[in-house]
Amino acid sequence: MQCEGNKTYNQPFNCPICKMDLQPLETSASKIENTDGISEESIFNLTSNWNTEEGEQILLKDLKGKTLVMVMIYTSCKAACPRLVADMRNIEAQIPDNKIDQLNFVLISIDPKTDTPERLKSFAIENYMDDPQWTFLQGTETGVREFANVLAVKYKQISPIDFSHSNIISIFNPKGELIHQQEDLGVDNTETIDAILRLTN
Amino acid sequence: MKDHVFRLLIFIIISQTKLFGQSENMVFIQGSRYIPLYGRDSTVVEVKDFEMDIFPVTNVQFLEFVKQYPKWQKSKALKLFTDQSYLLNWKNDFELNDTEKQNSPVTYVSWFAAKDYCECQGKRLPTIDEWEYAAMADQTSRDARLKPEYNKQILAWYETPKTNENLIGKNQKNVWGVYDLHGLVWEWTLDFNSVLITGESRKDVDKDNNLFCGSAAVNATDLMNYAAFMRYAIRGSLKAKYAMKNLGFRCVKDTKPQP
Repeated sequence: MQCEGNKTYNQPFNCPICKMDLQPLETSASKIENTDGISEESIFNLTSNWNTEEGEQILLKDLKGKTLVMVMIYTSCKAACPRLVADMRNIEAQIPDNKIDQLNFVLISIDPKTDTPERLKSFAIENYMDDPQWTFLQGTETGVREFANVLAVKYKQISPIDFSHSNIISIFNPKGELIHQQEDLGVDNTETIDAILRLTN
Repeated sequence: MKDHVFRLLIFIIISQTKLFGQSENMVFIQGSRYIPLYGRDSTVVEVKDFEMDIFPVTNVQFLEFVKQYPKWQKSKALKLFTDQSYLLNWKNDFELNDTEKQNSPVTYVSWFAAKDYCECQGKRLPTIDEWEYAAMADQTSRDARLKPEYNKQILAWYETPKTNENLIGKNQKNVWGVYDLHGLVWEWTLDFNSVLITGESRKDVDKDNNLFCGSAAVNATDLMNYAAFMRYAIRGSLKAKYAMKNLGFRCVKDTKPQP
């Protein structure tokens, strides 16, 4: 519920409109490093298993070390996903060539039953996304649901072949911490590009 | 004497059925097809047979869990999985606030913690469809949604503050034998993030066509069912790391096919 937009109070109290308890604002995250050298907020804490389009089995932490540009899609999608894929390619095209190897563009399927590694591989080839900077992931249904929740991505299967889903592109730094999210389709991606370039040397 | 033997026999039969048919503190829910408020294309969905916890998970049960799985202790839970309200009503890793009761439902838990709790018991969180299906029953019928009294009672609860502080099992059980689906706390569901409406319903008219591809499919079947609408709206506004004072959970399990 958005009662008064971003209005804040300096006392713990109930919201005067919806009467729910006011929640403390998240203070700038204290980053406690754990033994793996990743912070508490890193997506590398997730332990789910994933298959790549090359048929390799990986954990998310295997993606450590590169700036990650991530989006959730499914390959049978005819409505928004082609535009999401286009947005990803558009972002990729704006990254200077000498920085591209610091990045990994990751497309995660929300339809792991249909989107096998083989299918993801052919999708990659058809869409000219088969260079090393592109990665496609197939997870388990729970793993995908959990990862979507980390990204605050919503999705729902609405027919045997179609899903409704949020259109969100997320940028993670090389330690797996969420830096920026771009919502909606075909939006001005200046901020997203800036966020990526700030993360590269 | 004959009577005695007969009773003993009945007792054995019943306890045997219980032993094989059902897990402890869970009841069997016979699946069926029904029309939820929001479904796939707003049509009939099929719910398969499952078992459901009779009660929501309590403070003391969650305490046992965090003793066994330290990563979910208040001081150790990762920020990726919890917000600052996680177990806010607990004094420390192993003690509730003095005002809290052991057999009240555990609240201030994130979806990640709830999901892991169920998985560690060999169970899982219910899907929205399963939860709504079990919760459309009242004391006497499996689908009470058209009874004015059923809706009135739920709405009356929504208006009652602090029911999360009550003990489990004080509400009447429904026809399946499940307690407290209404009247105590809201509950996490496995796929709560499949609700493509925001908490602010006025925004949902047409604006989200870009944000949610296919959002035309999320039309409600019966807008008079305001209580259910509230539940979907709440689910739509949640994020998985949120911990709220009136949001708890219970677990379910797939049933093994009967031999």
